[in-house]
Amino acid sequence: MTFILEVQGVTKRFGGLTAVDEVSLAVEAGSITGLIGPNGAGKTTLFSLISGFERPSQGHVMFRAEDITALPADRRAVLGIARTFQIVQPFAKLSVAENIAVGAHLRHRSRDEAIRSAREIAKRLGLGPILEKPAASLTVAARKRLELARALATEPVLLLLDEVLAGLNPSEMRDIVPVIRAIRDVGITVIMVEHVMQAVMNLCERVVVLNQGRLIADGKPREVTRDQRVIEAYLGKGAAARLEAAHV
Amino acid sequence: MSAARPYASILAVLALGAVLPLVTSSNILLNGMVVTLIVALAGYGWNLLGGYGGQFSFGHAAFFGTGAYACALLQQHYGLNAWVAFGAAVALGAAVGGGIGYLSFRSGLRGSYFALVTLAFAEVFRIVVNASPFFNGAAGVLLKLDTRPGNLQFASRASYCELAVVLVGIALVATRAVERSRFGAYLVAVRENENSARALGVDTFKVKLKAISLSAALTAAAGAFYVQYFLLINPELGFGTSVSIQALLAPIIGGLGTVFGPLVGAIALHELGEFAQGLLGGLPGADMALFGLSLILVIAFARGGVLSLVQALRWRVPGKPIEARP
Ligand SMILES: Nc1ncnc2c1ncn2[C@@H]1O[C@H](COP(=O)(O)OP(=O)(O)OP(=O)(O)O)[C@@H](O)[C@H]1O
Ligand SMILES: [Mg+2]
Repeated sequence: MTFILEVQGVTKRFGGLTAVDEVSLAVEAGSITGLIGPNGAGKTTLFSLISGFERPSQGHVMFRAEDITALPADRRAVLGIARTFQIVQPFAKLSVAENIAVGAHLRHRSRDEAIRSAREIAKRLGLGPILEKPAASLTVAARKRLELARALATEPVLLLLDEVLAGLNPSEMRDIVPVIRAIRDVGITVIMVEHVMQAVMNLCERVVVLNQGRLIADGKPREVTRDQRVIEAYLGKGAAARLEAAHV
Repeated sequence: MSAARPYASILAVLALGAVLPLVTSSNILLNGMVVTLIVALAGYGWNLLGGYGGQFSFGHAAFFGTGAYACALLQQHYGLNAWVAFGAAVALGAAVGGGIGYLSFRSGLRGSYFALVTLAFAEVFRIVVNASPFFNGAAGVLLKLDTRPGNLQFASRASYCELAVVLVGIALVATRAVERSRFGAYLVAVRENENSARALGVDTFKVKLKAISLSAALTAAAGAFYVQYFLLINPELGFGTSVSIQALLAPIIGGLGTVFGPLVGAIALHELGEFAQGLLGGLPGADMALFGLSLILVIAFARGGVLSLVQALRWRVPGKPIEARP
């Protein structure tokens, strides 16, 4: 079994707050993993540690068996780690095509080739009709897609998706789920942070749960959602017992 | 699309610029043209870093002065040929830009902090040069009059005009080439959102460093040309704050982050200065006050500068289709 990513005993403290607390996690190449947990659990921080936007206070991050803990974010992108931002950060004044082209330039030096690759990816993600619109004018749903398209344009090996479904209506969600599955199907390893459980159950073969910075569960989606500690993390202490009682 | 098309408008403008000195013999006009082109060239330097890269420098005089003094002193102290001195001055300007960029960007300076630090550098340069005998202090450096093309000095103003057109032409072509390159895409990405740029694999520090070096080289070329034309440079003319202000006003008034912005802005500034002169006579500072006023107007009503106004007007002409892109 080959692990593309290994997070080894990683801790991140912000002052007195421990956002990520000794998390260890190994991810198989080609898999799609859900990362869930209540608000403030440390999911985004863990993504920042993997993508290089934050340095761990403790622990290591290994990518393809190489220690990348000290590498800055842009070097990790070159290695093939791409992320989307939970709060989308488009290049506001640039068009959709130009936004994606910045990502495409990572593997294409020539401008024409980068633009061509950007257009292709945009079409795949349903952004074809709005290629020339400035990013600032897009709807929330389109911005989320743009965020995804830009990350994809870097031709990543590992893709970290931070709540790409948040803020979408049910029909927009239905549209994007197959897009994510298609990404996995071409062999890109995906880790997705998602609050929309239906999508997680639908897409992920494995789910890990963070709560207050700690990894509290790891397994198949069905198992994890039945895990007592997970239910309590979401619904409060004793909730699992109360649910159990209600079912009897 | 043919590779030459993006340069067609540049060639047209340059051709016009090259013809102008041939059809006029008015010294006032020619002198105005040279001065305007010097401001434009300095503005092209600023525009690369500020307009495309979003790093607003308030101290481009540091590069202008470096170019001017280096060009003058390399001839006077070291007997270098003027053309060689000119090239060396540009290279030195780039190096100074790289140095200032390294220090400011390494320490993560952005926005107004970056503006203040560049202003401080220019001021330090001015004060040091003013106090140092090596630079001949406040009196400045006079270049020996020796009009020979081989000495980069010309008897006719028209020849200076032609050379200025060539230099601005290089700046125009360089700007367009940057626009169409990966470096240019990365530079604009850094301006729009540094975090996103990093996530997409952009080494933002390297991109900014490259931009400030290129920017400084262009502005240093303006300084070196200035000293070849006026044969005089002093701390105020080289490193004074008004130099920094003109370098940033030209692109902002003309159109920030556009290929023709600095040229249009420099022309507008020149006309405005002439107007102030005519209206208020020799009242000192009248031109600067008018520049300030025009800056306020541009920021309040036309963020994209004169060029965006022209474009907006064009769209209102009936019968012309409105383009999809804003
Ligand atoms: N840069 C920072 N400085 C200080 N505290 C931070 C910083 N980033 C995150 N935190 C804190 O760390 C904790 C974890 O935050 P994080 O954003 O990782 O949670 P999350 O699981 O992504 O939450 P959500 O589901 O709301 O997005 C929170 O308490 C947050 O306030
Ligand atoms: Mg989050």
